[in-house]
Amino acid sequence: MRAKRKQRLLIVLGLVGLAAIAVGLTLYALRANINLFFSPVQIAQGEAPIERQIRAGGMVKVGTVERDPTSLDIAFTVTDYVGDLEVYYSGILPDLFREGQGVVVVGELQADGRFRADQVLARHDENYMPPEVAQALEEAGYSPADFQTQRGQSDAADE
Amino acid sequence: MLIEFIPEVGHFALIVALFMALVQATLPLAGATLRKPLWMAFDRPMAAGQFGFLLLAYLALTLSYLLDDFSVANVAHNSNSMLPWYYKLSAVWGNHEGSVLLWSLMLSGWGFATAVRSRYLPRDMAARVIGVLGLVGVGFLLFVLLTSNPFERLLPNVPSDGADLNPLLQDFGLIVHPPMLYMGYVGFSVVFAFAIAALLGGRLDAAWTRWARPWTNVAWAFLTVGIALGSWWAYYELGWGGWWFWDPVENASLLPWLTGTALIHSLAVTEKRGAFKSWTVLLSIATFSLSLMGTFLVRSGVLTSVHAFANDPSRGFFILVLLAITVTLSLVIFALRAPKVGYSTSFTWFSRDALLLVNNVLLVIMTVTVLLGTLYPLILDSLGLGKISVGPPYFNALFVPLTVIMCLFMGLGPVARWKHMPPGELSRRLWLAGAAALVLGALAPLLYRGEWNLWVSLGIVIALWIVLPLVVDLVTKLRQAKSLKRGLSKQSLAYWGMWLGHVGLAVTIVGVAVVSHYNVERNVRMSPGTSVEVAGYRFTMTSLGERRGANFIADTSLIEVQREGASRHFTMHPEKRLYLATRMPMTQVALRPGLFRDLYVAMGEDLGDGSYAMRIQYKPFVRWLWLGGLLMALGGIIAVLDKRYRRAKAAEKSVQGACA
Repeated sequence: MRAKRKQRLLIVLGLVGLAAIAVGLTLYALRANINLFFSPVQIAQGEAPIERQIRAGGMVKVGTVERDPTSLDIAFTVTDYVGDLEVYYSGILPDLFREGQGVVVVGELQADGRFRADQVLARHDENYMPPEVAQALEEAGYSPADFQTQRGQSDAADE
Repeated sequence: MLIEFIPEVGHFALIVALFMALVQATLPLAGATLRKPLWMAFDRPMAAGQFGFLLLAYLALTLSYLLDDFSVANVAHNSNSMLPWYYKLSAVWGNHEGSVLLWSLMLSGWGFATAVRSRYLPRDMAARVIGVLGLVGVGFLLFVLLTSNPFERLLPNVPSDGADLNPLLQDFGLIVHPPMLYMGYVGFSVVFAFAIAALLGGRLDAAWTRWARPWTNVAWAFLTVGIALGSWWAYYELGWGGWWFWDPVENASLLPWLTGTALIHSLAVTEKRGAFKSWTVLLSIATFSLSLMGTFLVRSGVLTSVHAFANDPSRGFFILVLLAITVTLSLVIFALRAPKVGYSTSFTWFSRDALLLVNNVLLVIMTVTVLLGTLYPLILDSLGLGKISVGPPYFNALFVPLTVIMCLFMGLGPVARWKHMPPGELSRRLWLAGAAALVLGALAPLLYRGEWNLWVSLGIVIALWIVLPLVVDLVTKLRQAKSLKRGLSKQSLAYWGMWLGHVGLAVTIVGVAVVSHYNVERNVRMSPGTSVEVAGYRFTMTSLGERRGANFIADTSLIEVQREGASRHFTMHPEKRLYLATRMPMTQVALRPGLFRDLYVAMGEDLGDGSYAMRIQYKPFVRWLWLGGLLMALGGIIAVLDKRYRRAKAAEKSVQGACA
């Protein structure tokens, strides 16, 4: 009976130890891999860390999309109508990337204040606005719904 | 006239189904407790009736889609008269309301199947199982009728045409992926019902596990296929060539899969050795709860993805309440009725029991890490602590090492004996397999264009370490038999199922390791005449064109591909489509699939001067990912066909042979 109880104690201790290691590793991995979201105005005010992976988002400012004629490099400005953020990226844009539409970019803020994007996200829905973008716009004093209805109307006019 | 009547028939059938589910949920359960056979006798007819009326409702909705009845809001929002008929069929579940209806239909279908098979069960057990399934059915039917009625009409202003189905969903993958996934999710409700019924009836024995195991395996097999199909669909439809994004919605399907896998293994121990009983019951509850949680995450709109159709908070709230009730109630029943912890059996650390325990612990740790990474951003957000996202590095950093550790034990498991096995004997049997796995695994990447990669090597070592001990085990078993033929036929189907399931995982691991590290991707600017070389293939754009499909127009390009040193060439046709009704652009990927490599060409945006951004990828062994998934599912199904499950009487002697 003694030996059995001892063994059971060992099992319990082993499980607790494993669980502790797992929780520790998990928290460590979480800390290292959380991507915080910043709006352009927050970045302009210097709230965002430099050269750490973050997410930023807003509307693509109309008339700011510039392509390099020989490569796939592209630069555009993301705005929340208060602050602007210059973003550069190399690669293929999502199908729904358009001027005047909401985007979320994932990448690192550079020391010169520009944002190097590794990923550009736009969603497959005409009336969709990433929630972070909507909130950032609201905080900047705009109603996201305004932009959506504007879009809706311009779409209707197209047809 | 008749057409306009169809949705009303459907709606009515749905209400009748709800009332039948109510009867199914109350009378049999009460009858089992109060020992009233007449009350219990309501179980099977009600299960059959609920299924029948839900089928009627589902057919009514499908007919409304096929006949373009845009007076039904659901049809008007998700279909279009130009949509091909097969997409009209799949559009039924390509939206929130329809998919919840399909969920309920499948739930009642599983309930019906359980009812049909329940004549092998003791009377009260059958009544309880069907009763619990009825309870779940009531919850979901209320959800459909109160928050997500698919038969809502747009009267009297009937739109002249529908808004069309999201183009991403107009695809073969979508036709098959959701039903498979739902079958898996919902299927776990059966083992959940068995667990609750066993707790209520105080009948948690080997016979119980023998009833529950086939259902678990089938549900798990469906879920496996569903996840594999989802990954395959994302791979070719989203245009990035990724096959797993650690997207919360994918995680939502992975979570019940992980606990379901743990459940299959712990059921094996419970059946063979009578151990881990409480644990098995707890896993059944957890697996079904995680299925519900997956539904909540996907359906509530708290997540933003292709899958989140509706942003209606009342729906999310409803499922959350349903989830809370399910979890609380089942845990209370568990706390009150769980078998007293008294190990009737003992085992040492070198036994299959112990190895399966380790397997379970690891799978649960995996579940917790994935759950944490999925829910953490949601919790922070709901507490107003900021918007964060947890990226793939988190999941990879935890999931990959845990999988490796688990696979180390997986090599030992099938060879180890129950109760006890001297460590010396275990190592004597397996040292050769281990050494071979190490050597072959270390060398194998060299075959691949001479590039050695530590991670690929590790992946192959792990995969071989899963497969080779299985081979050793099989050879040992065959040697004991008189002839090869007799030896082969002597192994039980459960054994072969375990074999295939494990080999399937090994195949998937090889696929993951190779495609993650040897994948070649190039994004280039191409115009007619441009050519690029990727991984030994020369891609030349020969022309651009346009074409018109049933409900879209497309810019097309023709890519000529030639393998280095080969004279033959073939063409690939990537497209950029614009769907007319939604005015939504879509990338149509051109694929050249192969067992050892896929060529993947996607057309990006028009760069304006007659050139296009193109994404060209070389994806070695990517098919192995899904092939492995199919093998695992096949293993699960084969194990169900084992003859011990076909026996009417549960008390018969246990069949020899290992089991998954």
